[in-house]
Amino acid sequence: MTTDVLIEVKDLKKHFNGGAIKALDGISTDIHHGEVVVVIGPSGSGKSTFLRCLNLLELPTDGTILFEGTDITDPSCNINLHRQKMGMVFQHFNLFPHMTILRNMTIAPVKLLKKSQTEAEAKAMELLTRVGLADRAGAYPSQLSGGQKQRVAIVRALCMEPDVMLFDEPTSALDPEMVGEVLDVMKQLARDGMTMVVVTHEMGFAREVGDRVLFMDGGRLVEEGTPQQIFEHPQSARLQDFLAKVL
Amino acid sequence: MADWFAKLKADFILNFIEKDRWKYLTTGLVNTLKITLVACLLGIVLGVIVAIIRSTWDKNKETMRHGVGRFFLKLGNGICQIYLTVIRGTPVVVQLMIMFFVIFASSKNGPAVAMLAFGINSGAYVAEIIRSGIMSTDNGQFEAGRSLGFNYVQTMWYIVIPQALKSVLPALANEFIVLLKETSVAGYVAIRDLTKGGDIIRGVTYSPLMPLIAVALIYLVMVMFFTWLVGKLERRLRNSDH
Repeated sequence: MTTDVLIEVKDLKKHFNGGAIKALDGISTDIHHGEVVVVIGPSGSGKSTFLRCLNLLELPTDGTILFEGTDITDPSCNINLHRQKMGMVFQHFNLFPHMTILRNMTIAPVKLLKKSQTEAEAKAMELLTRVGLADRAGAYPSQLSGGQKQRVAIVRALCMEPDVMLFDEPTSALDPEMVGEVLDVMKQLARDGMTMVVVTHEMGFAREVGDRVLFMDGGRLVEEGTPQQIFEHPQSARLQDFLAKVL
Repeated sequence: MADWFAKLKADFILNFIEKDRWKYLTTGLVNTLKITLVACLLGIVLGVIVAIIRSTWDKNKETMRHGVGRFFLKLGNGICQIYLTVIRGTPVVVQLMIMFFVIFASSKNGPAVAMLAFGINSGAYVAEIIRSGIMSTDNGQFEAGRSLGFNYVQTMWYIVIPQALKSVLPALANEFIVLLKETSVAGYVAIRDLTKGGDIIRGVTYSPLMPLIAVALIYLVMVMFFTWLVGKLERRLRNSDH
């Protein structure tokens, strides 16, 4: 079991204001190759902070994160190289508004992976075709709908050929009718065997696609298990209370 | 009426045609343009560097790990603060004279000293304009760049700075209009710029109207041309937002 661990999180802590606010209060978990881990919990529970710590967008106060065997919390480690292997999708898409869709997708592979422009474009077009947006390659982000933007954001991250994809509430900023198209892309990705860590409020997605569900509250990992265990047989009172409210 | 025209014509000939006095204006104009152009480029380079150092420190001072990097960034930020305070707190004429009569007292190359002085002066204003652009760019843009694997400088260069420049373009254009007109004080250190050229003509002909109006018109035309140019650029950059 330990051989196929992709990310090993040990006693992760993130404090703000010199310890007055404990956003993460000792989280430990392993993320395995090809696994889809869904993180749920009430707002302010620290689930986004946890995700953002995984690629060090948020610098942990304490604890270690081993990614592919390397301790990325070690200050001497070059986090930029590891981030190339960790795709991230944001709640607010964060496409680069001054670049076309194609340029959004090719700039990182060309500058960082030293791919040729033609090679990067071919890969980008292939991915755009897969999400049904090939005809928008020359458009600017402002010309796209929210759902289209998020699909582009997903394939932009995929252009770097990452080993894991981190999703930070990818459907929370979308109109309800656009949620489906983004979730479909994510489901496809999961079926293709991508390792995914998804912070979401979409319980349907968690139940259907998740291999493992983490329930967080107050900066702690309160309960974890298969979707069936979590949704059918919640153990803690906090989770039972949470599910009663959201389901 | 005919009398008035005849006087105007005589005035014109006296101030511009006689002894090729128009050449004071053209050589002055060339000097003004040279000084403005070089000062402008120097101002942008200085401004971008100072803006990056200042905004990097402002954004990261609370989260940065203690170490050599933090020390140098803090030092750089301090130096930039002093630069901004001194340059923005003193008149450009005084800065120019200090450069010319004190720091580069042995230099014979007046225009080069002026380019340096105006460039250093403009850099301080450009820095604050660009910093406002950087600080107003959504932090999500920065995070998206870093999450793809770009380092800090690459993220700034490819993602943040282009957006920041676009949003502060009107303020930057304003700064360069000011710079162009500010170079008119170069005459204080015996540089023959456009204003000085007109003043020399006035000094020999004792006829102030024509040369001064001519100088004013030339500045006006240059500023109008530049404004038109920036307008075109703004429309081109607007391509990406519909």
